[in-house]
Amino acid sequence: MKLDVDGLTVLFPYEYIYPEQYSYMIELKKALDAKGHGLLEMPSGTGKTVTLLSLIVAYMVENEFSVNKLLYCSRTVPEIEKAIEELRVLFEYYKKNGRDLNFLGLVLSSRKNLCIHPEVSKEKDGKIVDGRCHSLTAPHVRDKHSIDNEVPICSYYEKFDSIGKELPRFSGVYNIDDLKEFGRDMNICPYFLARYSILRANIVIYSYHYLLDPKIASVVSKELSKSSVVVFDEAHNIDNVCIDSMSVKINKRIIEKAITNVNSLEKTIMNIKERDAKKLKEEYQKLVEGLRDANIARETDTILVNPVLPDQVLQEAIPGNIRTGEHFVSFLKRFIEYLKVRLRVQHVQQESPAGFLKDCFQKVCIERKPLRFCAERLSSLLRTLEISEVSDYSPLVVVSHLATLVSTYTKGFVVIIEPFSDKVPTVSNPILYFCCLDASIAIKPVFERFQSVIITSGTLSPIDMYPKVLDFHPVVMTSLTMTLARPCLLPMIVSKGNDQVTMTSKWEAREDIAVIRNYGQLLLEIANVVPDGIVCFFTSYLYLESVVASWYEQGIIDNLQKKKLLFIETQDAAETSIALINYIQACECGRGAVLLSVARGKVSEGVDFDHHLGRAVLMFGIPYVYTKSRILKARLDYLRDQFQIREDDFLTFDALRHAAQCVGRAIRGKMDYGIMIFADKRFSRIDKRSKLPKWIQEYLTDSMCNLSTEEAAQIAKKWLKLMAQPFSREDQLGHSLLTHDQLVNKKYEQGIC
Amino acid sequence: MTTFSEDVLLQVGNVKHKKGEGTLYVMNERIAFILQGSETVSVSHLYTDIKMQKISSEFKTKVQLQLVFHNGETSTFHFIKPDRSEAMRDRDKVKDVLFKLLPKFQKKVNKELEEKNRILSENPSLLQLYRDLVITQVITAEEFWSQHAPKYVPRNVNNNQSTGVPANFLVNIKPQIDGCNSVKYNLNYETINCIFKTYPAVRKKHLEYVPSKMTESEFWKKFFESHYFHKDRINLGANDLFSECAKYDEQELKKELRTLDNNSLVNLSSIDDVDIGEGYGLFEDSSKTTNLIHESIIKRFNQHSISVLKTSKAHSSNSEMNINKNIPNNIEKDTARKHDLPNGNCDTIINYKKSKIMDKINYEDLNPSTIDNCEIESSNLKLNKVEQFANELTKCTRSDNKSLKLKIANSMKEQISNEVLKWSKEHTTCPINPSVAVQALGELTPGGKLMKGLLDDSQSGLLLPPEVSKELQNLYMALGELLRHFWACFPPTTPTLEDKLIRTHDALRRFHSVKLKPFEDTVLREHSHLNQISSHLTLMLNSAYTKYSSWHCRRKPYPS
Repeated sequence: MKLDVDGLTVLFPYEYIYPEQYSYMIELKKALDAKGHGLLEMPSGTGKTVTLLSLIVAYMVENEFSVNKLLYCSRTVPEIEKAIEELRVLFEYYKKNGRDLNFLGLVLSSRKNLCIHPEVSKEKDGKIVDGRCHSLTAPHVRDKHSIDNEVPICSYYEKFDSIGKELPRFSGVYNIDDLKEFGRDMNICPYFLARYSILRANIVIYSYHYLLDPKIASVVSKELSKSSVVVFDEAHNIDNVCIDSMSVKINKRIIEKAITNVNSLEKTIMNIKERDAKKLKEEYQKLVEGLRDANIARETDTILVNPVLPDQVLQEAIPGNIRTGEHFVSFLKRFIEYLKVRLRVQHVQQESPAGFLKDCFQKVCIERKPLRFCAERLSSLLRTLEISEVSDYSPLVVVSHLATLVSTYTKGFVVIIEPFSDKVPTVSNPILYFCCLDASIAIKPVFERFQSVIITSGTLSPIDMYPKVLDFHPVVMTSLTMTLARPCLLPMIVSKGNDQVTMTSKWEAREDIAVIRNYGQLLLEIANVVPDGIVCFFTSYLYLESVVASWYEQGIIDNLQKKKLLFIETQDAAETSIALINYIQACECGRGAVLLSVARGKVSEGVDFDHHLGRAVLMFGIPYVYTKSRILKARLDYLRDQFQIREDDFLTFDALRHAAQCVGRAIRGKMDYGIMIFADKRFSRIDKRSKLPKWIQEYLTDSMCNLSTEEAAQIAKKWLKLMAQPFSREDQLGHSLLTHDQLVNKKYEQGIC
Repeated sequence: MTTFSEDVLLQVGNVKHKKGEGTLYVMNERIAFILQGSETVSVSHLYTDIKMQKISSEFKTKVQLQLVFHNGETSTFHFIKPDRSEAMRDRDKVKDVLFKLLPKFQKKVNKELEEKNRILSENPSLLQLYRDLVITQVITAEEFWSQHAPKYVPRNVNNNQSTGVPANFLVNIKPQIDGCNSVKYNLNYETINCIFKTYPAVRKKHLEYVPSKMTESEFWKKFFESHYFHKDRINLGANDLFSECAKYDEQELKKELRTLDNNSLVNLSSIDDVDIGEGYGLFEDSSKTTNLIHESIIKRFNQHSISVLKTSKAHSSNSEMNINKNIPNNIEKDTARKHDLPNGNCDTIINYKKSKIMDKINYEDLNPSTIDNCEIESSNLKLNKVEQFANELTKCTRSDNKSLKLKIANSMKEQISNEVLKWSKEHTTCPINPSVAVQALGELTPGGKLMKGLLDDSQSGLLLPPEVSKELQNLYMALGELLRHFWACFPPTTPTLEDKLIRTHDALRRFHSVKLKPFEDTVLREHSHLNQISSHLTLMLNSAYTKYSSWHCRRKPYPS
């Protein structure tokens, strides 16, 4: 249908539209018009992606000069693939309406998904693929090949290098498989082609990391146009992604490997020195030139800023003591020795970066300034030494990044050294954490560079937390609810078992046998009334394990198996996938199954349980993050001091967004229906309840907030009967589903009011 | 009357029946009673009539055996040996023999005849076919049931569906602990079956060990001690009988892990696009849990559920694959297919994945057209043979490109709809000249130019007396059935097919002489104007004959 959104003509590739999709478009357009950032929450499963895409594409068609690129970032590969297919549908709809978009939309994914080299592509591990690719495509390897034909190279890359950049600009939609097919047809490397093409593409769909992780962003995304719109979909977790991408942890293994790296570097330098001393001299020159270029580019504002490459490095001269390769290597050696000594601790140490630097200076006389150059200096050296297996040097690279980060950022970071992990206090396993406490550091360049950044998800509540945590000022900040013709979601808070024992996953009570039994009873009763699939989420994997073990002893599992097959998430991703595939099959063949899973786990983040795959979702307890962790404590302190966020507020916010994320997996579209059970008394407190997304809160009436197991089962039974009635589009029309005419009328009404 | 050709299996004296004393004879097919002193058989019951036997309780003074018949009647025999225990022994002997014999007859009679009767009465057309083909002895009854009938009643014949495996079958054997220190497990046949189905490795072990190396009960005792039964026991030591099974299970799981392909939407190990890299990030590497028991419990539960699910899948994929296209096991099929393809060309998987994605992104309530699309897709029927048969008798082309056909059909549809659109416009603008219209009507009525091919049928159809039309219908059906089998034999690649071909050909000949000829004669006699009516039937037969003779000639040079 053709919509008129606040003066903008939008082609929406469906005949009908949900009212919230329309309001979403209006809000989104406001943000684009203002060239500002936006924060939008829209219930999961109401067609967020297609709404976003159709509005932004329409906007790009109308205003080609102010917005010329859309960077759509999502979290997982399946989500990326879904998004590109939605884009395809949209493009086809444009075509059908006689407006052939001359746009290029494509996916960029990592080498492991895009490689078509007959041998390299067989590898499954992403790092190995990257490494092998590099060993076939590095400039010096190719130089050697031109002298000696025996040196293997990648023909696909050669083809790309010779003609890839001259290829005429093509249009259309390319998903991963399309790119690979195109690559096979043309004998050209799809990965490098895609990487090159994103500069010319109108719509790029890729993973968060390509923008937020400085290591990757500086390679892939730095030249993207300033007048782009960036969308972070499923962004409820974005602060954690930011923090992860800026944090470094160093354990003994990395140190040991780094030492081997340094030694082999030293040897290589000696070798080269004998053969070709000139090269080493040139190396330094190149580094200086490279930095000068980077400085110019940054000043002229043509690239995305790399937070690991601090301004000072660009403006200052490289300190003398690391200028030559040899000196730099011995410098690194000293630094690693220092780290090694620091890891020999008996008790936990926590200090600021400044304290760390001071200690470093006192112990091994390493100053702050040369440390800052470490990352850049090392990468330049590795390039010059023509090392083909760069991936082997990743431990050393980690150390160099640590050096640069610790000397660059005095605020927002903390150094924590733990002699052992909390879970296994007997085993010595020292780790040095360099923790980023401030999510805004990684995302700051994105906010600064691109004119509009939209952060959106089904569960962003409480929405006012995000601007604080990410330190930005959105022009639009809205949380939309869901209009429903029938109550297709049934949220309930079960606070007690039939024996009136309080249900809670509180630390003191979670091992209580009565609580565990009550959880089991609840699951049993629900399994008795709910058809097809049931998904349960536990607060942590350890808890899941101990509960399953006690359920087995109590015979609850035996009873459960009378009704349904049982599948359980394990810590091994592949094993879990097998269990998941079988769970889906069990649901699809009508047998019905129960999946026990973990909040914050991979299942909760990456798999949808729509329709019969999840008729009921149970959340056993509130999924608080492990509160004893020192890293968390440091972050909470920082948030309190810096952003005036209270500890409890943040913890609850974090727990509830995960809870909401878990239960939100069950609903997709208004034809779907699902039960959401929050099994913890604490959910009914107002400070928790009010932090749930609005669209769940709306249906969580007071009468649903203090139920016992039996009551919940009764309500579910009644509700399922209601849901089993035939439900057609006509029932929805005019209320939760609008035709074009109805939309126009509604607008008219609103205009009058 | 007194002589029996059957063998007497058992002879028991001192039996009373209806106040008369005599001897009871248990024979191959019947049970008979001869009064003492008499030469004739006073009572004789066929086993097929007997529904069941009953015996008196141990504590009653009379030692009796009662036979209950299908029609509800009963017949009681009283064993009157003076010694009660001897009488009992006699009775039990009879009982045991009957116990062995009765089931055979029950099955035979009840199942087969009743079933056949029912099928025939439920399918009038099949009954007609039966009359036409079997009663006239064109083909034998056996052939009829084995070859022609199954098509008419596929569901009833296929109905030996076996029961699935409940997820909790091991729970049913909960040990009962009695007063003293012994534990009793209740193990019945069904449960054993479930165990075998779910754990093929255990079945293998069972075959290997029982009864050569240990007794049945010993085997199960070991089983109950193993990890299969106690999921919380860690499988220790190689001396355990089932440790090998555990290894086997593990291998199975590993096999499955290998089939996990990166394209699957639920493959969690490839869900992240970019690894953050070792040494970055804050979250601890998922350290192996400390509790081995918990870990193994969880693993075992998953494995158990997967195995249980597999048993039902193996079943459905065998019997229902072609009927039920509803794809519960499509994933499995796909992974299997991927196994076949060595590498590279995995278009089917890509397509499957794409359809899955499209499924995910489609909102059924937002788009009306999508629903229709789905229906069109799913109604893509397998009509290969029917089509061939309907289109042309002699041509045996094999079309393999379904999608092409669909395309052609679609384009044809479009063309036709275009034509219709255009045509109606012309029609409305300039009505047809009356004389042309009359002419066209003339051509379209029987005898006209456009009706040439259909001339005979339509004419006779108009004027056919009802009984002839009925007869003709039956003939068509019977012949059609025979011809279907005849043509299905081509190309006759195996000896059995050749054999069938020859038999069908003979049947066709017989049909020709027994049914078609008389029909033609009567038609000629009574409705001489309809003499052309059977020409199409003859044509069909003749083309079959020519095909057969050409095959026959070609076969001759090298007799096998």
